[in-house]
Amino acid sequence: MPANKFNNFTDYGIGIGLRAPHYDHILTRKPVVDWFEIISENFMIDGGRPLHVLDQILEQYRVVQHGVSMYFGSAGRADREHLRRLKDLVKRTGTPWVSDHLCWGSVDGRYTHDLLPMPYTFEAAKLTAQKIREVRDFLEVPVAVENVSSYAEYHVSEMTEWEFLNEVVERADCGILLDVNNIYVSSRNHNFDPLTYINSVPADRVAQIHIAGHSKFEKYILDTHDHPVIDPVWKLYDRAIRRAGHTATLLEWDDSIPSFQEVHDEALKANRFLAETQLGVAV
Amino acid sequence: MRLAALQKAVARAVMQPLTRNEHMRRVAPGGDRMHAYAARYIKPNDRLSSFERLEIYNRQYWFRVLGGLAEDFPGLRAVLGGQRFESMCKAYLTECPSRSFTLRNLGARLETWLRQNPNWMSDRRVLALDMVRLEWADIEAFDGQAKPALRSEDLREIDVLNLQLGIQPYVQLLELLYPVDDLLLEVKHGDDTPDFASNAVQERRKRSRVRAVAKLKPAQVFLAVHRLDFSVYFRHIEPEEFALLSALRSGKTIERAIELAFRKSAVSAADRATFIQHSFQTWATLGWFCQPDKRCAVRKAARKEYS
Repeated sequence: MPANKFNNFTDYGIGIGLRAPHYDHILTRKPVVDWFEIISENFMIDGGRPLHVLDQILEQYRVVQHGVSMYFGSAGRADREHLRRLKDLVKRTGTPWVSDHLCWGSVDGRYTHDLLPMPYTFEAAKLTAQKIREVRDFLEVPVAVENVSSYAEYHVSEMTEWEFLNEVVERADCGILLDVNNIYVSSRNHNFDPLTYINSVPADRVAQIHIAGHSKFEKYILDTHDHPVIDPVWKLYDRAIRRAGHTATLLEWDDSIPSFQEVHDEALKANRFLAETQLGVAV
Repeated sequence: MRLAALQKAVARAVMQPLTRNEHMRRVAPGGDRMHAYAARYIKPNDRLSSFERLEIYNRQYWFRVLGGLAEDFPGLRAVLGGQRFESMCKAYLTECPSRSFTLRNLGARLETWLRQNPNWMSDRRVLALDMVRLEWADIEAFDGQAKPALRSEDLREIDVLNLQLGIQPYVQLLELLYPVDDLLLEVKHGDDTPDFASNAVQERRKRSRVRAVAKLKPAQVFLAVHRLDFSVYFRHIEPEEFALLSALRSGKTIERAIELAFRKSAVSAADRATFIQHSFQTWATLGWFCQPDKRCAVRKAARKEYS
């Protein structure tokens, strides 16, 4: 089940995010890592060191692209310059699929550079799905959308977040990048059972999974990617891969980044759960 | 409510400047009370009001974009001082919010905006403008395009004087009235101090920057901000080199570029051949020459057709 059309029939294992503080370690020590995820926007440039490093990484590792500013859910049209540069990068990396977030963040050409939560309406689902299809057709690679952490909900919403996710991916016929930490964060911020969410996701559309740490404040939780993964999130991960099978898994660590080894060791903890799914998949 | 209208309303609140204490303003865009404005769109929960939930995004927006500018313009921050720099950034971002998918371009309009809003620079106008130009050139040089460099055999053309040469897009040419490159290097060196440095160290660093800015005297500088082995360098060049490179970049032939470069030059006629030879050798070694921009070539061809 995990090798599906949404991840281009690949069978990637555990990866980590490619981050600048680790460049030297990776290029000199050449650690064994199954794959790296890059933030597309960091490499959608004309030249210089970032692209040079990327080319060196590509000589030895598999790379998957993850974006942060496509804003599938923004009401306006996709930025053509963004798409053109993204396609150039797709050709460079040979990424089997690209992912970005199920959110909005730009209005009338002005960018917030944030992942703002969608209103869960049928109109929004239709417009978002249409844009995902346009992007996929332009890029000519499968697209997976990631559920975001959120701190607000709208009055106009007509369904739950997981119903909205299902509505969008069915209409777009696209994959899901299932972020189990984001589900946990949102479940605490909005008082829902995260297992209900996980159990509602169409398992056959899961192209990739994200795991990460977060920060707890007095009245809410923030998705900060600056801590190890906590046990309740590992439990959600366990449930997700029991449903979806042995899925490409990536640890995100973007702030207060520790050593490469520490990040990699944290990611490899996923092996405990993946080993069990080899024995049988429960749905 | 339609998606576009909802997103416009929420984005207006999210991008509205924070209060001095870094909280969401009590007055919403359009003059409504922000509590009522937020409640119109955002559900409260058992711990947070609609206002507080929207405020999370409002604060995240400003922390992110202000952090981006502070990271890209540490030199301008040193020139203006921390508080004025932050206030200036808020005003700039309010008038010129990001119009690019990447935070890299956040400061693209800062020089133009500062020229239109000189009050932010008070008596350091020239120094601040020089610094913002240098810091933007630093960004452009870091990840600008590198075309295939011309080899020396490419330059062995019979009619070399009528040849057009391109200058690598990542090479940035600046004429400055202050030696702000030294100041920027000093500021960046200070920023390399580890985060765990004590308050006393931080304070000494701040005083040192203030002194560095205060003692900086005007001095005309011609600079090529360029890249070598993927690191950015500030190279001082002679006025004639600056004029020559600028003329080549604008599509002039080598012959015409040389004419323009030495129009008001102090270099004696006897020394010019050596000067030119040395300059071209250096630039070729640095890989600065490339095929000319097609637009320049087309313009030149068009001129020929009608002449």
